[in-house]
Amino acid sequence: MNWLAIAAIYKFEMSRWFRTIGQSVASPVISTSLYFVVFGAAIGARMGEIEGISYGAFIIPGLVMLSILNESIGNASFGIYFPKWSGTIFEILSAPVSWGELLLGYVGAATTKSMLLGILILVTARLFVPYQIAHPFWTVCFLLLTAASFSLFGFLIGIWADSWEKLQTVPLLVITPLTFLGGAFYSIDMLPSPWREITLFNPVVYLISGFRWSFYGVSYVPVGYSVAAIAAFLMSCVLIARWMILSGYRLKRH
Amino acid sequence: MSAVMQPEKRAEDAIVSIRGLTKTYANGFSALKGIDLEIRRGEIFALLGPNGAGKTTLISIVCGIVNASAGVVIADGFDNVREFRRARARIGLVPQELHTDAFETVWATCNFSRGLFGFKANPEHIEHVLKDLSLWDKRNDRIMTLSGGMKRRVLIAKALAHEPSILFLDEPTAGVDVELRHDMWNVVRRLRERGTTIILTTHYIEEAEEMADRVGVILKGKIILVEDKDVLMKKLGKRELALHLNAPLSAVPMALTDLNLELQDNGSVLVYRFDAGGEATGISRLLNRLGAESIQFHDLKTSETSLEEIFVNLVKERA
Repeated sequence: MNWLAIAAIYKFEMSRWFRTIGQSVASPVISTSLYFVVFGAAIGARMGEIEGISYGAFIIPGLVMLSILNESIGNASFGIYFPKWSGTIFEILSAPVSWGELLLGYVGAATTKSMLLGILILVTARLFVPYQIAHPFWTVCFLLLTAASFSLFGFLIGIWADSWEKLQTVPLLVITPLTFLGGAFYSIDMLPSPWREITLFNPVVYLISGFRWSFYGVSYVPVGYSVAAIAAFLMSCVLIARWMILSGYRLKRH
Repeated sequence: MSAVMQPEKRAEDAIVSIRGLTKTYANGFSALKGIDLEIRRGEIFALLGPNGAGKTTLISIVCGIVNASAGVVIADGFDNVREFRRARARIGLVPQELHTDAFETVWATCNFSRGLFGFKANPEHIEHVLKDLSLWDKRNDRIMTLSGGMKRRVLIAKALAHEPSILFLDEPTAGVDVELRHDMWNVVRRLRERGTTIILTTHYIEEAEEMADRVGVILKGKIILVEDKDVLMKKLGKRELALHLNAPLSAVPMALTDLNLELQDNGSVLVYRFDAGGEATGISRLLNRLGAESIQFHDLKTSETSLEEIFVNLVKERA
């Protein structure tokens, strides 16, 4: 195992994050805080409880997931796309680094960033809305699993994208709608049939449901399903990433 | 002439051994057509060829940037696919394009390269490399603030950060001014003196002539020649003797037509061509016969065909 290479990539990616700390941290924290102010404190005060939880507290897990998903994908996709675009990928490809080590370096750094951001948003949310965490261990597990699996997904997008436009398209056209329709702002119970059934095909539903369960002990889908869904998504991304790196798909000239 | 393979020498002195290497790109372009090549330990090998001949593809496959369609590459005893870790750890690559991390400092980027290749941090080595490349004063500068020539030095420093035994230089002095080019040549020579094997591609034939121990010519994906540079110069080179005549001639005298003579500059210069490697140049005989014909001259000059002329002729012949 080339631990030194993993550390080099990890450190490089983290230093890139710290170099643009304002954009990396302040921007998502401020935008999420605005959600808390508008939907939590202002509108939420006029809305009834959902499943016995105040609306302001109900949307916290969903909003944290929204940020984590966006940041994981954004960070990891940029992390691998930029060297492709600038040409510095030649050094990564010529280094004695295996596909797994490459993933650990890039995806590990993106996961760390998302985790730190998620924790920061949770701390910020406490300033606006009081909330409890029923199962802190599982909160951390869901945070970690989600950050890792969507960082991996972002890494795949970064390899797949051959233009800046494509790099932006997937998060904008796929992830944001899936998150908004995944129960971040409402309970799936509130949807009429057949939308309630259709929405179960949205993987983000399982993430938000499981994460919300770790806070308040209530969930729409069984927690085991949530964990299994994330784990399956994670494994699928690992297998695709392995194929992409070994074959050199959109990394090497074919 | 065909590619020179010397199996009897392979085991002891070949540091890079390439066998049957082919590459056909997805668009059907056949960039390499069965390359066989051996690079000797400790030499400077110049790979020459016109644009699109396959030089960069060849280097890219050896370094792991492009996957081969078929063939085997052994670097310092290790297969570059099956034993890629050990093979790649021994290879350094300076690419043709100036691909650098614009926002990183020179110091950070060199340390990154060393770690990436699996080597523990060694600030003394990085300091030594940067000083050797006259980059020490720039170590805390961001790469984006450096000139093109300096960026190329940074790429060399990065390639040397993990102390490779084989260094590939793909067009190392493209777009570099004359002074810097000579500096680079000195750097390359110093590396060779320390035991690094250097493979360079270049458009500047003068560069190969100046530095290379051996020369390989690649054309349309095939190696058409591998030869010691000095042997090549002797074998294919021509020398000229130019005599500046006291009185211009309208034509080469009939009595001298059996010699390889040509008149230039309106008959005021008589040019005699002979083999560069031959022992008997025929100059004495020429001068005697000129004396017999009462042809007098006030100055004479000898010159040798450059590697560039040899290369151009070779490529023309095979094109």
